[in-house]
Amino acid sequence: MADFVSLVFAPGFFESGPVASAVVAGGVVAAVSAVVGVFTVMRGQSFAGHALSDMGTTGGSGAFLVGVSPLWGFVTVSVVAVAAMELIGIRRPRGRDVATGIVFGAALGLAALFLYWDTTVRNASGAAMTILFGSLFTVSSSTVPIVVVLAAASLALVLVLFRPLLLASTSSDLASARGVPVRLVGIGYLLAMALAVSLSAYTIGAILSTALLVGPAATAARLTKSPLSAMLCATALGVVAVLAGIVLAYDSYGWPPVGHGWPVSFFVVTLIFVFYVLAGIPRRWRSGHTGTDLSTTDAPRRAHLVHGLVGKR
Amino acid sequence: MLSGFMTDTWIVATAVAVVAGVVGFFTVVRGSSFVAHAIPVGAFAGAAGASLIGVSTLVGLGVFGAGGAVAIALLGRRSRHDVATALALVVMLGLGALFLGMSTEYAPEIYALLFGEVLGIGANEVGPTLALASLSLLVIAAVYRPLLVSSVLEVSSRSRTRRSSAMELVFLLVVAIVTTMAVPVVGTLLIFTLMVAPAGAARLLADRPHRAILLSVAIAVVTVWISIAASYLTNWPVGFFVGVGGAVAYALARIGSSWIGPHARLDRATS
Repeated sequence: MADFVSLVFAPGFFESGPVASAVVAGGVVAAVSAVVGVFTVMRGQSFAGHALSDMGTTGGSGAFLVGVSPLWGFVTVSVVAVAAMELIGIRRPRGRDVATGIVFGAALGLAALFLYWDTTVRNASGAAMTILFGSLFTVSSSTVPIVVVLAAASLALVLVLFRPLLLASTSSDLASARGVPVRLVGIGYLLAMALAVSLSAYTIGAILSTALLVGPAATAARLTKSPLSAMLCATALGVVAVLAGIVLAYDSYGWPPVGHGWPVSFFVVTLIFVFYVLAGIPRRWRSGHTGTDLSTTDAPRRAHLVHGLVGKR
Repeated sequence: MLSGFMTDTWIVATAVAVVAGVVGFFTVVRGSSFVAHAIPVGAFAGAAGASLIGVSTLVGLGVFGAGGAVAIALLGRRSRHDVATALALVVMLGLGALFLGMSTEYAPEIYALLFGEVLGIGANEVGPTLALASLSLLVIAAVYRPLLVSSVLEVSSRSRTRRSSAMELVFLLVVAIVTTMAVPVVGTLLIFTLMVAPAGAARLLADRPHRAILLSVAIAVVTVWISIAASYLTNWPVGFFVGVGGAVAYALARIGSSWIGPHARLDRATS
């Protein structure tokens, strides 16, 4: 047994400070992203989710330029971006795509400029790389409490909005007929997503942020029937992927090329993708049956979901 | 600005803008902005991999762009499209993180890949760019009608026939080609702006597909020209001018179209 433990966890794993911070921050971000992500997948807003995490670059580089903490830059930019997308027309599914694209493009353009100024004026290069590919192991122990607090805020917002949000996400017509302020609920949800996603982009990089938002939720949508079990399943999958990724990345310091270590993002993303593909296999056996997918566009399935929601009121 | 060494830049950038304007029209009609973002950014990982094994960057971009296109088409068959795109993007970037972790690339080179470096365009890039530009325009001309029909149907009925998934793959591969040729000009992060903003603006102003495509090309070309000139004068990155310029063009088109009257006919037909 002891041999097995030392085979899986390389020596020093449990004593390492960076590993402890990575486990706490990664676990919290994975759990919140998974819960928020269930709605992202249902509402088809993966693009907005990814855009919000990438746009953090603008806030981060801008804040660096004026000398404020990057965290404020992230939060400010994501809130402004949500307002801009809403203003251009994120409500209609068609306009949404273009609205997100244009706000995203303008923000990335600004990021390019800020990063240029950062490198010329303040002589700091590679900020874009940190944002895109940032590593879990670089999370400092002092940011962990901030991560936990903001993640809890995002989670609380989603839970407060839970029922109206679910109804608005499955059938916005029915929701507005029942007096749910669909637009307001949508903005509230975008804010929760912006908070969760920009936080994770700030701490662990945009790749992992998007992967943790969409991957576990999409996998859970393939496996479970109700929104609540999808959230639990997604949380479990996300946390397992992050923890296993951390263990593998820690072990990889002993792999070739020696002393280099493989990036933790690579392992987490690969695991999430493997889960997603594996979850699709059982469905292939039950030929023609697609009814378990929460993200389905299949009308009877949606009607069933809506019926369950409205009936309980 | 118009001196000898800039001539190649002007030629390459104009070719990129023309193709991006045409492809952008289909991107906007299909609602594929996310794909237009994901393929170039994912292809960035290919560039990192190419420098690791010592091949030309263009090869890496092309291989990863095409691989991403095929992966999105395959994954997208069984699930929501945006989910498939997001997963393909993060898997490619995960590989990119691995390649970068192993290579010893300098930050400025990576920055140029991400945000573009027009002044670095040399005479040896004119040939490949023009070849790729003509290839993608030829492909689009060859499948123009079925592509247009499938783009409009995709949105209205969500029906997916074998034919429309073939068109999907063709469209994605064209985006991959545009990616490969456009990286030196605007960089991987901002190519999609060139495909989304001019076409989005054009669709607000023109109702017929032909007119919208021509207008989209015109806006894209003007945006790129202004961006290069401004970048040359200020030394600021081209990506900034392209990204913000695209948004300004779209905003002006929004104002313009509200004068002309509510939505163009094509819009009404598809929604």
